[in-house]
Amino acid sequence: MSETDLIDAVLDRHRRDGTRLMQILRETQEQLGWLSPATMTHIAAAIGWPRAMVSGTASFYSFFHTRPRGRYCVLWSDNITDRMLGNADLMDAMCKKLWLEPGRVSEDGLVSVNTTSCTGMCDQGPAVLVNYRAIPQMTQSRLGEMVGLIRSETPVSEWPAEWFAVEDNIRRRDILLAHDLGPGQALSAALQRGPEKTLGEIKEAGLRGRGGAGFSTGLKWEACRNAPGTGGNPAHYVVCNADEGEPGTFKDRVLLTSYADLVFEGMSIAGLVVGAKKGLLYLRGEYRYLLEPLESALAVRRQANLLGKNILGSDVEFDIEIHLGAGAYICGEESALIESLEGKPGRPRIRPPFPVTRGYLDQPTTVNNVETLAASCLIATYGGAWYAEHGTEKSTGTKLLSVSGDCERPGIYEYPFGITVRQVLDDCGATDSQAVQISGPSGICVAAEEFNRRIAFEDIPTAGAFMIFDETRDMFEVARNFAHFFAHESCGFCTPCRVGTTLVQNIMDKIAKNHGSPYDIDELFKLHRLMQGASHCGLGNSACNPMFDTLNKFRPAYERRLKSLDYEPACDLDAALSQARQMTGRDDAAAHLHNEEKT
Amino acid sequence: MNAPMPLVKKLRVATTSLAGCFGCHMSLLDIDERILKLLDLVEFDRSPLTDIKHCGPCDLGFIEGGLCNAENVHVLREFRTHCKIIVAVGACAINGGLPAQRNHLDLRDILEEVYQTEHLLGRAGIPNDPELPLPLNKVHPIHEVVKVDYFLPGCPPSADAIWKLLTDLLAGRTPSLGHGLLHYD
Repeated sequence: MSETDLIDAVLDRHRRDGTRLMQILRETQEQLGWLSPATMTHIAAAIGWPRAMVSGTASFYSFFHTRPRGRYCVLWSDNITDRMLGNADLMDAMCKKLWLEPGRVSEDGLVSVNTTSCTGMCDQGPAVLVNYRAIPQMTQSRLGEMVGLIRSETPVSEWPAEWFAVEDNIRRRDILLAHDLGPGQALSAALQRGPEKTLGEIKEAGLRGRGGAGFSTGLKWEACRNAPGTGGNPAHYVVCNADEGEPGTFKDRVLLTSYADLVFEGMSIAGLVVGAKKGLLYLRGEYRYLLEPLESALAVRRQANLLGKNILGSDVEFDIEIHLGAGAYICGEESALIESLEGKPGRPRIRPPFPVTRGYLDQPTTVNNVETLAASCLIATYGGAWYAEHGTEKSTGTKLLSVSGDCERPGIYEYPFGITVRQVLDDCGATDSQAVQISGPSGICVAAEEFNRRIAFEDIPTAGAFMIFDETRDMFEVARNFAHFFAHESCGFCTPCRVGTTLVQNIMDKIAKNHGSPYDIDELFKLHRLMQGASHCGLGNSACNPMFDTLNKFRPAYERRLKSLDYEPACDLDAALSQARQMTGRDDAAAHLHNEEKT
Repeated sequence: MNAPMPLVKKLRVATTSLAGCFGCHMSLLDIDERILKLLDLVEFDRSPLTDIKHCGPCDLGFIEGGLCNAENVHVLREFRTHCKIIVAVGACAINGGLPAQRNHLDLRDILEEVYQTEHLLGRAGIPNDPELPLPLNKVHPIHEVVKVDYFLPGCPPSADAIWKLLTDLLAGRTPSLGHGLLHYD
């Protein structure tokens, strides 16, 4: 089969529909290794889009390659939890064994090694993606074997199967993870009750979005339900946000691995309530390995008449399709996610209009977190009043926490809302903890004196990440890791965030190199204020949170790195003349710049 | 009745062009007849306009250009030591600008290409007279070396923008260009 035939087969499978460009590009790349200029030109012509729009999408996402990437592409997850488990040394060793520089493709086009943002394996790191297949728990011995397999060009599909085993690590179950619902049970309860009454139960339950923002699910569904569709083909859509990109979060991975039926059923219930016939699950590219199991789970549900037409003998129609992302944190933001679903770069939209009135394909769309949808099954079955008995007054039900970092038992813990930070630390076997980063880099950093605070929308809201740092950890390095994360993940649309995240990263690097001064700390505060107020979306608004929190709570970690109280250059000025000295052979007084010169 | 303005001491201003093209200074001269009013309010210390060679105590240092050699660093430090306020004027002072286009090349390769290998250029070897300032490995914006108080963007900033900055500073207002004077084209 020629390359063109391969691309045409992919295009035909997607009906040459431009809104499916993400899937077209991914499948093409899976076959051809990368997206060459000729490939993009061919795809653009086939879907009838301008060539620039196709390359715009292809170049936006980290996991799409518009240059040859090597037959083996190894990406090391670079979250702070991977760092704490020693990923830097392992990656270094790998590069040495392969005679490679990070980020460069080897001369023979065999392999490239680089880092990537958190891949959601924080409880079983250090993790890598090899040709976008996830491998957790990397060790030195595994590394040696892996290098051998790459050198002998053994296909990744033939690598030891146990390497690809991803553990659930469920440590505490409550009403959601200990549920005893059979497939279809919640959905048939919802069908019996009908959409209005089901919506009533969701509202009575007080269910709030589990993605972190905590918006009322009932209100969202109601707004979507009441919004009229637009244009010639009015429709409503349900989108499940499984773009779990917040570093430190991996609970959706576990739900989609072992509770997929519950998630799909939640989507079906949402579809019933808002009047949608189609649901889309947006799965982050890092979880590519879940695609086939999820597709099989969907097939089983179709067989059982839980999806498709006349569901369970009613006149209700609903089906679900899975879309894969391609390595862009920003797509966790709901309007960026919708852009991505439509085949475009994931740039947040200007709102209003909100997705509930103008979302996917400009139609009313409800975008809900994986966990929110799963929880709706409990409410549909047991009723809103029952659900509201759990948790706190304003935060009903339970929350899954993704616990990682310095503790004996990392993994998934389900607690009723209102649990204290200290209780979680005790349960997971964390000792000598000095801080917990809750809800990821964009969340908050909680210091030891605040461990009595509670996880609930009334106190500390969270999307689920719970990264623990014991007293041996350097909180400055934690914040610096997050600063690099945001600089990498800024979508580049608005100047405050695009430029600001890079300035913050540069200042943090300057302080790390012991070139910092109090002026730099002032500058971090200024940038925090500016980016919080002027950025287009939540990414820029919250990108300085880690610096702001650690500067307030762990200021000595910064101060001990400062060179002096005076302003300091960002570089070693004498070293900056080194090349000219070498080339001219000079070593006179004027050929040197003293760093502490005071005229 | 308007009370007469109290007689205030003139502000002492120094200006220099480091790795720049003097375009920002030309733009300063473009304030036209307003320069007469300016002279009522300020007096110039070290500046290409006065040809004073070294800077004394000043209120304001107006820096055009980035840092491409050791002498630039010395001059900038002299300004920082003597001026209460330092303003980075123009793209080169703020970002390195045009001279920083050499930053993606290794300085050693540049010197070799220019003074040794390229046949149309001199073959006298790389100049090493101690009189000549050594070039820095990379061109730096000035805020990477000294604390900069205010930034005036533009290539060059327009005469109106410079006038606004100067009058803001003279009046004790935090300089703010605002809409119309701050644009990207």
